[in-house]
Amino acid sequence: MYSTNQFRSGLKVTLDNDPCVITEAEFVKPGKGQAFTRVKLRNLKTNRVLERTFKSGETIEAADIVETAMQYLYKDGEYWHFMDPKSYEQYQAPAESVGDAALWLKEEAECLVTLHNNIVIQVTPPMFVELEVVEAEPGIRGDTAGTGGKTAKLETGAVVRVPLFVEVGEKLKLDTRTGEYVGRVK
Amino acid sequence: MPDELEPAAKQGPGVRLNKLERHWEPAASLAALRLRARLLTRARDFFAARDVLEVETPILGASTATDPHIESLRTSVGGSTRFLQTSPELFMKRLLAAGSGPIYQITKVFREGEIGARHNPEFTLLEWYRPGLDHHGLMDEVDKFLQALLGCAESARDTYEEVFGRWVGADPHRAGASELQSRAEALGLRAVSSSGFSREDWLHLLMAEAIEPHLGLERPHFVYDFPLELKALARIRKGEGGKPDVAERFEVFLHGVELANGYHELTDGSEQRERFLADLESRRTLGRAEVPLDERMIAALERGLPPCAGVALGFDRLVMIAANAPSIRSVLSFSFDPP
Repeated sequence: MYSTNQFRSGLKVTLDNDPCVITEAEFVKPGKGQAFTRVKLRNLKTNRVLERTFKSGETIEAADIVETAMQYLYKDGEYWHFMDPKSYEQYQAPAESVGDAALWLKEEAECLVTLHNNIVIQVTPPMFVELEVVEAEPGIRGDTAGTGGKTAKLETGAVVRVPLFVEVGEKLKLDTRTGEYVGRVK
Repeated sequence: MPDELEPAAKQGPGVRLNKLERHWEPAASLAALRLRARLLTRARDFFAARDVLEVETPILGASTATDPHIESLRTSVGGSTRFLQTSPELFMKRLLAAGSGPIYQITKVFREGEIGARHNPEFTLLEWYRPGLDHHGLMDEVDKFLQALLGCAESARDTYEEVFGRWVGADPHRAGASELQSRAEALGLRAVSSSGFSREDWLHLLMAEAIEPHLGLERPHFVYDFPLELKALARIRKGEGGKPDVAERFEVFLHGVELANGYHELTDGSEQRERFLADLESRRTLGRAEVPLDERMIAALERGLPPCAGVALGFDRLVMIAANAPSIRSVLSFSFDPP
């Protein structure tokens, strides 16, 4: 439980049953009259930004948020499964919680899992991943400069823009934040 | 504005040191402190030229403000409770009743829990009283004061009803809490309170969030004749021809900042006592600390406070505006330190 005078950016709280992080908190008070705290929050499930004005002295529930490095194990028909390598405890998450991380995760990959009340709400892949090309137009010999480009499908299903010389079976390094090709892995 | 600081002047000599090594340094730049000193001189010159007497009154008082939304800091002197004054008003009205004539004071005041970009728990207030003037007469003088100190243009003036109509689209004297709530929601304001919002709370919220940001962008903007709930220590004027009764109170805004608050002062001792008692009742309902009634101030009103108008102006905010500073910290030699 936090009171308005404890509101700070970075504080994790529960608003309308959803976990949120406070990104801005500003004390507002007319010279004579009720004081307020104007708050900007980001919903940790949807990433949507919300604005609320609290009467001073109001309280809000803390959110039990833990971020843990985990290993991605496998996917069954419905759920993605992760394991905490320290406790060996396993967690499952539906596709909507995994989100875009699904494009970059192959089995045994390390990732950052955000838990709310011990339930997975977000998965963040490593900044860089190495994945194999499973489909691409044939490579053009001699085009080592990498001018021009084409699309290639990776083993996780992600489709990325790559230079013309890239061939099926090659391993590529990719930036998961932008989805951009970084280079070939020897 | 003539006094705006050069950006380079805001940098001290220690710019390359890290935060920990600089923790002893002032919050304001020396240039901001020089600007502050110039503004203080100009303020004193302004009042000297008008024969307004500078006074000093105690910071430690046996009584304090009863306003339910203002919390006083309390301490003990020789075993008896004293309150750090939240405004010099109670003492200054006793001077007026004693026949002081026009008076002003520049003093530190203290308010518990007020910390933010525009708030410091101790701050400098300029307060002055003019016997014989009503709130319109005093608005004229505040207008001249701002022109003299900041070099700004002549003010704009609107009633509370006019600004509410323009930016909120509601009648602040007659709209109920639920109508104000739906206007607030239509404007994208989402308020959170387990105890609910009263009509008065909505008025404060809408003023702060929907109206203030528009006020005084180019020149000072006065708002006057407030709804009755916001009367504080202002006189009530009966409405004529179906018009609502209003409190003869004004506020002035500049660059979206509330700068000063003034009243055509209540001079009726028995009505003053009733308002204090109503405040104490609200304090009990809201679970605020109990404060004693200022019997000496009520006695002074009963003895006879001359008809007058008074205004309190946040001096640090005035310096903020002159310096074009982003927060009150930038104009305080040392700001309030969290532990």
